[in-house]
Amino acid sequence: MLELQELCVTRRNRPVLTDVSLGIRPGEFIGLIGPNGAGKSTLMEAAHGLIPATGRSSLAMMAAPARARHAAYLPQAKEIAWPVSVRDLVSLGRLPWPGGGGTAADRDAIDHAIARMGLGEFAHRTAQRLSGGEQARVLIARALAQDTPLLLADEPIAGLDPAQQLATMRLFSALAQEGRGVIASIHDLGLAARFCTRLVLLSQGRIIADGPPDHILRDDLMSRAFGITLRRVQTPDGLAILPV
Amino acid sequence: MRGCVRPSEACLLLALVGTPALAAPERVVSMNLCTDQLALMLAAPGQLISVGSYAQDPALSPMAEAAKALPANHGLAEEIYLMEPDLVLTGQFSAGPAVAMLQDLGIPVQVLPPADTIPQIRHQITLMGDLLGRQDAARSLLARFDAGLDAIAHSDKGRAVFYDANGFTAGGQTLTGTVLAQAGWHNIADDLGITNSGTLPLEQLVMSAPDLIVTGARWPGRSRAEAILDHPALRHAARTPAVTTDSAWICGTPFILHAIESLP
Amino acid sequence: MTPLFRLLIALVLALFLTSVLIGPAAVGTLASLKALILGGDGPLPIVMRQIRLPRAMLGLAVGAGLGLTGAAMQGYLRNPLAEPGLIGVSGMAALGAVIAIQTGAALAFALALPVAALTGAAVGIGLLVLLAGPRGGSVTLILAGVAISAMAGAGTALVLNLSPNPYAANEIIFWLMGSLADRSLVHVALALPPLILGAALIATTARGLDALTLGEAAAQALGIDGTALRWRLIAGVALIVGPATAVAGAIGFVGLVVPHLLRPWVGARPSRLLPASALGGAALLLVADIAVRVIVPERDLKLGVLTAIVGAPLFLHLIWKTRSGGRI
Repeated sequence: MLELQELCVTRRNRPVLTDVSLGIRPGEFIGLIGPNGAGKSTLMEAAHGLIPATGRSSLAMMAAPARARHAAYLPQAKEIAWPVSVRDLVSLGRLPWPGGGGTAADRDAIDHAIARMGLGEFAHRTAQRLSGGEQARVLIARALAQDTPLLLADEPIAGLDPAQQLATMRLFSALAQEGRGVIASIHDLGLAARFCTRLVLLSQGRIIADGPPDHILRDDLMSRAFGITLRRVQTPDGLAILPV
Repeated sequence: MRGCVRPSEACLLLALVGTPALAAPERVVSMNLCTDQLALMLAAPGQLISVGSYAQDPALSPMAEAAKALPANHGLAEEIYLMEPDLVLTGQFSAGPAVAMLQDLGIPVQVLPPADTIPQIRHQITLMGDLLGRQDAARSLLARFDAGLDAIAHSDKGRAVFYDANGFTAGGQTLTGTVLAQAGWHNIADDLGITNSGTLPLEQLVMSAPDLIVTGARWPGRSRAEAILDHPALRHAARTPAVTTDSAWICGTPFILHAIESLP
Repeated sequence: MTPLFRLLIALVLALFLTSVLIGPAAVGTLASLKALILGGDGPLPIVMRQIRLPRAMLGLAVGAGLGLTGAAMQGYLRNPLAEPGLIGVSGMAALGAVIAIQTGAALAFALALPVAALTGAAVGIGLLVLLAGPRGGSVTLILAGVAISAMAGAGTALVLNLSPNPYAANEIIFWLMGSLADRSLVHVALALPPLILGAALIATTARGLDALTLGEAAAQALGIDGTALRWRLIAGVALIVGPATAVAGAIGFVGLVVPHLLRPWVGARPSRLLPASALGGAALLLVADIAVRVIVPERDLKLGVLTAIVGAPLFLHLIWKTRSGGRI
């Protein structure tokens, strides 16, 4: 559902992404990990065709409306410019679809997204006046309303409280189990290890490892990418990972 | 010494030498469009040494040709002082800081009020003759002016209105009003209670249904103020085609006879 | 149609009628309307059709254009302080118009006036989008606007001062403040077609402006072509602000006040704000133009004076809110 081949991005003559090749199948939840500046956001923007890149992205090659019906994108900046209602904001996810938000199918998708994110009671409130966590849920609901097979989320759990982080990871995991593809950049290695089906480790614009979580969270890779080692603690709820 | 508003050394000196009050000045500088014209008409050869630059502009001055024979001044105290005049003539509206400075420097300056009515114009001619010591020339000019006025047929021609940039009109106390009245036109501004100059909304002008519209002279370049004179409503407002004023309408001199004759 | 739109349309129609019926020549309502619609002989049909009708039409069209462009620019720049008059777009249009008038180009070729004005407006809005763009903050926008306004104002003053026409220099105030006095059907014919074209272009940006609520990247990912949106916005604003300024001068604050007042009533959605602001702008400018004729009928009080009296305090209030980090 997404094929990247030798994707390269340069910014001011400096390579920020080099030879990135990556594929995602339905049912996969890929966690993009790597230090700040490794190129995680750039990878997602280039994959969606939001910034110019060389190489090939199957998504970026699609025409604009088809692309928006294939992959939803949640930017890192959680931006809501005007005091619109939660429902109006979620309905923006229907813009790429014929009718642009007014058809019965649109209304169903919007209602479904609002219900799934537990926003029913907020539907007619002004999104800007909600808490940060609630706003994040509204924006995810917007992406769900877009009803795409693929979701690209840039640091979706940054700035959320632990309960919200957990809920978001569970949601993405559930979306993958429903047969969608999810790619999310994540800094919390523990949550990434628990929920992602696959991790892609980026360092200095290159993929240096790609595979199941326990193959990636190895001491040599972690020290190479982050300069840290990990302590693994087996708990009744699963593997806990402590960076030291 | 009529020109000396403030006592100064020069005035004092002249008084001590005992120059008679009516002795003809020998180096006269005029710095106002209207005094320029009267002085050009009345001065003895060589008596007038400079006129204002506007007097040389044919759009403003009916005597532009005569004025071009003399060096022009631009109303600046420095240039006029260096001409060493023994009399400076100016109009009320040109009397700015330059006049105050010339007076401080001891130059006699005569400020003449605008002449907007026939008696005022006649008085102005006499006054200018006295100032220049050219009483005979003034009397002869006055006689010709009076004869010209008498030659105009006094008939009632209808209702006219003057319309200028920014929607200004002119009432009976203005030179334009005098010209209209002398030509036998009834000035609509009088009916509207405008005696001097004042604005007249375009729609009021149209509603007054004038027989003749006299529009102000157009300046070079373009302005929004004058755009009102191109308004389509104005074209349809009067039966007679509009008449545009020219240089003869600006100053209260015998040239207003030309202005009067230019009207239908 | 929502009650808001019904109310706004009724208001605009009522104000248009009032505008046509108000003037220094006191004539009865029935006689005026009869002369307007049926024509006839005498001066009254000329007054109604050639003087009052163009004035009311321009009040409606220019006001609608300013309200619409204000809403569109705010939506695109995602900034409630964006307004064509304040940030120099109208000023640049005035500069273009003044150049066309003073060089005689407008006299030689009637379309030169709106074309020059819309070129000026396009340069103004283009510079702003370049400098402040949809990523730029309020500070960049306002600073860029101040610079462009100053440049446009100085250029306009320079051109008018160099004019051989003694009246021209005094007309800086018209170009800065705007007026609809004594405009004719010629001006309507000049301004209306590009205004309508510009409004049609801006209408096509509605979806894009909605999507921009989520930020530039999210909008692009929703299938909005950022480049096409930008060009349509620039062209639309220039087509409206240029000719509107060419015939009525630079009237400020309409594009600020109207979207701000109407935003809560349309759920803040930029797409719904566009038609609402167009109607609101028409109503505001018609009110202002009626007010200048009622308050001091003998003076040509500039429209911008009235809109600024309403708008400037609101502008300060918005800056205050932005400054203290509050959302608008």
